[in-house]
Amino acid sequence: MQPGLQAYLAVAGIIFAIGFAGVLLHKNTLVIYMCLELMLTASTLALVAFSRFYGAMDGALFVFFIITVAAAEVAVGLAIIVALYRRRRTVQVDELNYLKH
Amino acid sequence: MPAFLFYFFSLLTILAALFVVINRDAVNSAMCMVVALAGVGALFFLLGAAFLGALQIIVYAGAVMVLFLFIIMLLDTSARHRLGISEINFVVVAGTLVALIGAALWLAHQYPAVGDPPVVEAMPTDQAPMAYATASKAFGYGLLTRYMLPFQVAGFLLLIAMVGVIVLSKRPPSDGDSPPGDPRR
Repeated sequence: MQPGLQAYLAVAGIIFAIGFAGVLLHKNTLVIYMCLELMLTASTLALVAFSRFYGAMDGALFVFFIITVAAAEVAVGLAIIVALYRRRRTVQVDELNYLKH
Repeated sequence: MPAFLFYFFSLLTILAALFVVINRDAVNSAMCMVVALAGVGALFFLLGAAFLGALQIIVYAGAVMVLFLFIIMLLDTSARHRLGISEINFVVVAGTLVALIGAALWLAHQYPAVGDPPVVEAMPTDQAPMAYATASKAFGYGLLTRYMLPFQVAGFLLLIAMVGVIVLSKRPPSDGDSPPGDPRR
């Protein structure tokens, strides 16, 4: 049996859920950021599946822009994390609680 | 054959994504992340989007993850890495995960079945919306005609991001002379 749209959507949903659980579970900012990327990738997979099964190219073209923006976002985000590490000497989110006190 | 490939690659991707989450070491997580992103790229290939699959593997599994590995090894947080599983936290996260996966499966199941339009390696045409085609030529045609403005904006966005990263990673001149081990507040 050929996998249809529902199968691809299910895979995308599962990957998104796993990425979300990782964001909740981890304390290392870098790993949290990786899990965010995982969620973004899952959404692009759903977009390409929709595009393929509705026979329109636009979704696939938009994934190109999503990948571009994600690459820019990763570069800026990692630079921010490095700047944060320079100031605070840590990237653990539970030690970054300076707004709390 | 593609059905078998679909199940193989989706299983691989989901397992790799799980290992990203349950690994305690950030470097191991990054390695599993490479596998997961390459698996999504393979699913793109199976969907007939060969250009996107190649892009996913080159940009995501290649460049972005190399950047991640550089930063992980540069910051070297492995001495104090913690997963931070307290009991309640773990229960909440596991419950959320199960609920989300259930919701995803249910929603995907509820989704009305659509037909399976044949994948063609079509030449670009002017019809709107553009028909889904596997040819990279059709992809480039769409990018450079209908999505010309977003394409150029994306180029500028990359330039701006590059300038922003350079500005962000410049040390402030006032404390540039202090020794590297000095914790600055």
